[in-house]
Amino acid sequence: MTVNDTSADAPPLHGVIVYDEIIPARAPWAHVVKAGQTLRIVDVEGNQAVDCIVFNAHDHAERYSAPDTMAAQKNIFLVTGSRLLSTEGNVLMTLTATNVAYHDTIGGACSPESNTLRYGHHTKHQHGCVDNFLNAGAWHGLGKRDMTSNINWFMNVPVERDGSLGIVDGISAPGKYVDLKAALDVLVVISNCPQINNPCNAFNPTAVRAIVAG
Amino acid sequence: MSKLSTATPLKARDHARAQAGVLAETMPTLPASNATKLPSGVRSEDVVWEETIPSGGYASRVLKRGTRLRLTNVNSDACATLLIYNADRPFERLNVADTIKVQWNGYLGQGKLLLSDMGRSLMSITLDTCGQHDTFAGASNPKTNAAKYGDGANYTPHPNARERFLIALAKHGLGRSDVMPNINLFKSVRIEKDGGMTWVDNASKPGDVVELRADMNVLVVLANTPHVLDPRPMYTATPLRITAYRGEPAGPDDAIRNASPEAQRAFLNVDDYFLS
Repeated sequence: MTVNDTSADAPPLHGVIVYDEIIPARAPWAHVVKAGQTLRIVDVEGNQAVDCIVFNAHDHAERYSAPDTMAAQKNIFLVTGSRLLSTEGNVLMTLTATNVAYHDTIGGACSPESNTLRYGHHTKHQHGCVDNFLNAGAWHGLGKRDMTSNINWFMNVPVERDGSLGIVDGISAPGKYVDLKAALDVLVVISNCPQINNPCNAFNPTAVRAIVAG
Repeated sequence: MSKLSTATPLKARDHARAQAGVLAETMPTLPASNATKLPSGVRSEDVVWEETIPSGGYASRVLKRGTRLRLTNVNSDACATLLIYNADRPFERLNVADTIKVQWNGYLGQGKLLLSDMGRSLMSITLDTCGQHDTFAGASNPKTNAAKYGDGANYTPHPNARERFLIALAKHGLGRSDVMPNINLFKSVRIEKDGGMTWVDNASKPGDVVELRADMNVLVVLANTPHVLDPRPMYTATPLRITAYRGEPAGPDDAIRNASPEAQRAFLNVDDYFLS
């Protein structure tokens, strides 16, 4: 069985569709993706940052490491072929296909606490990705110590020659997607980013779609 | 001492005791007030920690708020691979992503803050004669060192940063879930327009100093292991000297506190934390 109804130019997903749900705007999400299965995330309405941490499903202390991933490929951008490495240097997932030029893994996850630095204390009670991670992580016994480096699918963080960097206008669009093939059984924890103070969600958080096949 | 017999407990005791007093280049100074290589103006009685970490070595320490931690790259090839925690609540820790994002720049230098994941400044860079550091590449691990040097385990001549961290953290009751992305001082990677990471040769010179001010009570963990992207085939790290001494926390007129609105709020959050 294949499905090809998520995006005009997304390749067909192979195998049985075992999961296909909408992650509502601002929502947390967690799901175990088994070795060999592919997780497709679809940016349904466009320019929606999807914050993501990946854990070894059988050993949560082994988790995604942005620096290990970047150092191994000697590039800060995640593109087709990028291997998401763990803190132990193992491949957790491989980015097998995407129609976005690159995805971010240096920008971290927004939080009420960092919002106070970035925008002022009036943002303390807005929703944030770290709170979402804690919310979804708790379903699987994860806590504050398990908050680590993350990926921001569909988010654009360029670095300029002098080191200047920041979250700028997005390069995604409605229907853009990313496919991640699990090399191990992995727990994928997502925050469908609720940030409203910068362009990571085009100032308008929207739903995304998660499909697991294989 | 090799001539001394170790055939009986008392002879073994004498053999052991005869070893004391040896001076090595890489060792701690005790009491710390015996430290001699002090920055001008620092009184020896204010020194709380002096230690030189060898190639491949590690050290960790809890430092009170206000303490200055001075790291000296003695012979140019130290790589200060650094993790920082709130010593009182270690589940608050350095967040490299927040550090570079909040300050709108990926490169560290004098005046920059090292931010926690709770919106506070853990430490700030009060002096930096090097100016080229790395916030992107993280730590070496057994696999990366094995790929480059043939082996990478801690008991080999090529110890890796991650496992150095794990040993140090275990002594503070912390473990694998507590290792987050680190920074590397005195070694540098530049980011190209296409996202490429370019190693910088000779980022630091002998005697370069980075001085960090503890803005909170902090646990610092340091490994002095070759940078994970160091392209040299030989395991190359030279001694890292640590000198820490008492100092005052950032006051209301502190230049680093007032350098940006984000820094002002980071210190407001620190002050607020210590209120209650």
